Amino acid sequence: MLLEVQGLEVHYGGIRAVKGIDLAVAEGELVCLIGANGAGKTSALKAICGLHARRGRVTYAGQALEGLPVFELPRRGLVMVPEGRGVFAQLTVAENLAMGAYARSDTEEIAGDLARQYASFPRLKERRHQTAGTLSGGEQQMLAIGRALMSRPKLLLLDEPSMGLAPLMVAKIFDIVREVAARGVTILLVEQNAKLALELAHRGYVMESGSITLADGAKELLANPKVREAYLGEDAG
Amino acid sequence: MNALFDTRNNPKLVWAGVAVIALTLLVLPFALAQVGTTWVRITNFAILYVLLALGLNIVVGFAGLLDLGYVAFYAVGAYTYALLASPQFGLHLPFWVILPIGAMVAAFFGVLLGTPTLKLRGDYLAIVTLGFGEIVRIFLNNLSRPVNVTNGPQGIAGIDPFSFGAFDFSKPETLFGLDWSGPIKYYYLLLAVVLMVLAVNVRLQNSRIGRAWEAVREDETAARAMGINTTRMKLLAFAMGASFGGVAGGMFSAIQGFISPESFVLVESIMVVAMVVLGGMGNIWGVVLGAVLLSFVPEILRWTVQPLQEALFGRMLVEPEVIRMLIFGLALVLVMLFRPAGLLPSAVRQRELTDERAA
Repeated sequence: MLLEVQGLEVHYGGIRAVKGIDLAVAEGELVCLIGANGAGKTSALKAICGLHARRGRVTYAGQALEGLPVFELPRRGLVMVPEGRGVFAQLTVAENLAMGAYARSDTEEIAGDLARQYASFPRLKERRHQTAGTLSGGEQQMLAIGRALMSRPKLLLLDEPSMGLAPLMVAKIFDIVREVAARGVTILLVEQNAKLALELAHRGYVMESGSITLADGAKELLANPKVREAYLGEDAG
Repeated sequence: MNALFDTRNNPKLVWAGVAVIALTLLVLPFALAQVGTTWVRITNFAILYVLLALGLNIVVGFAGLLDLGYVAFYAVGAYTYALLASPQFGLHLPFWVILPIGAMVAAFFGVLLGTPTLKLRGDYLAIVTLGFGEIVRIFLNNLSRPVNVTNGPQGIAGIDPFSFGAFDFSKPETLFGLDWSGPIKYYYLLLAVVLMVLAVNVRLQNSRIGRAWEAVREDETAARAMGINTTRMKLLAFAMGASFGGVAGGMFSAIQGFISPESFVLVESIMVVAMVVLGGMGNIWGVVLGAVLLSFVPEILRWTVQPLQEALFGRMLVEPEVIRMLIFGLALVLVMLFRPAGLLPSAVRQRELTDERAA
């Protein structure tokens, strides 16, 4: 397993937002974590990277992440695209992408990777001198993913890439996620849009008020009547 | 007119401009000495303020951490120099030993301020730094009992001037057929230091560290996710900014020969912040311009307001000090209204403000 999480808990004051979850992602897999608003998905993801204080064990590439600061993770290939995209709004697209390679020192290869990002996101190339804040939401999401790819991740954690985007853009972003996965990047995808996420993923976890209630193959989850009723908006009958 | 400043198509213009500026800076003190040595002294203080503004620009302009207690580092540098080169403890170390010590002590204080405030931003950070500045001043005021360290409000007098062996920066001399007064000698020393600090600043801005600061200013979480050690970067900004303040403080001490806590009041911090903001946060040349303007304009007003009133009304109606602050305040308001990103805005800040307007 590339990523293994055991008994992960997140507390906000006295409130337990994540109540001891277990999950695992194998190398090359695309796994999604779905659930309603407030189920604790984002908290769980942030805690995995150490952006939140956590309890429980997180193992990445066979190594415990205890005590490892967040900024060390990209150097080991674990990269997160934060919720709300987190692009540097006043920096240009090109500067944002360059920032993605901050942790790398192989200057020659960085140029090649930049060309690769521009090839897969022609929109970003067109706007490379524009500030990220002037991009549309979808373009910002592309930029956030492109920036994360600049650090050559082994494991990419995506937090709600579809948030606040028009349906057409959502489809586009999911195409991009599929492509990235096809290139061999392992992905843990947190999504509210359960249908799209499950259609894309190999496996899925369903999270409800801080606990994982279902874990199964994506196809099985899509067929599961409980999932269909709760997350796909279909009647049980 | 535009062709005259088209440096992109005519790089020779850049060198011509540099030559003109260099020549002006070289002959400036002798020209000013013709008007009065006071003006050389005023210029020296302006250069000290340029040093301070450049230091603060690292913290405020580059890393985006609003520091309203910056004068504390100036004070730390000044007192470090004063204590190690005055009759206070009978120590008389040479200045090239003390200035680095002063920079280091100030940097230590920078980290001391930075560590507990790592999680604070904006207004909250401003309040804490403001308090820090006051704490340092009050300490200096009261560290005379039970052990007399700072001599309290009386301050420290008889501070050694800079000297290289027999060459004393405070004494007038005739060299190469020119009269070199103390302030003129200090002018060249200050100019050399400010050029070094400028070079460091320019290098920093375009470095990995400069980019990391930019990222921290924009979005700290994203910066960390990109692999930037935000804690270290913020402390580095505090320490570097503080060390420049410390060097400026040491030079201030030597030039004045006397310091007391009164020189390091809150208004001084606010003045330096005003220089950075007025000139253009984050733009090195803007900051230099802001510091020069805010140092000279009040002095020019001081020398013109009284004769002007006497010529107009036959007597002085309003104290120069009052009118100085009035005009000064008005000028600041006007600049903020018409050039909100500063006189010479940095490219990034300029974008920030235009984006806000467009939104």
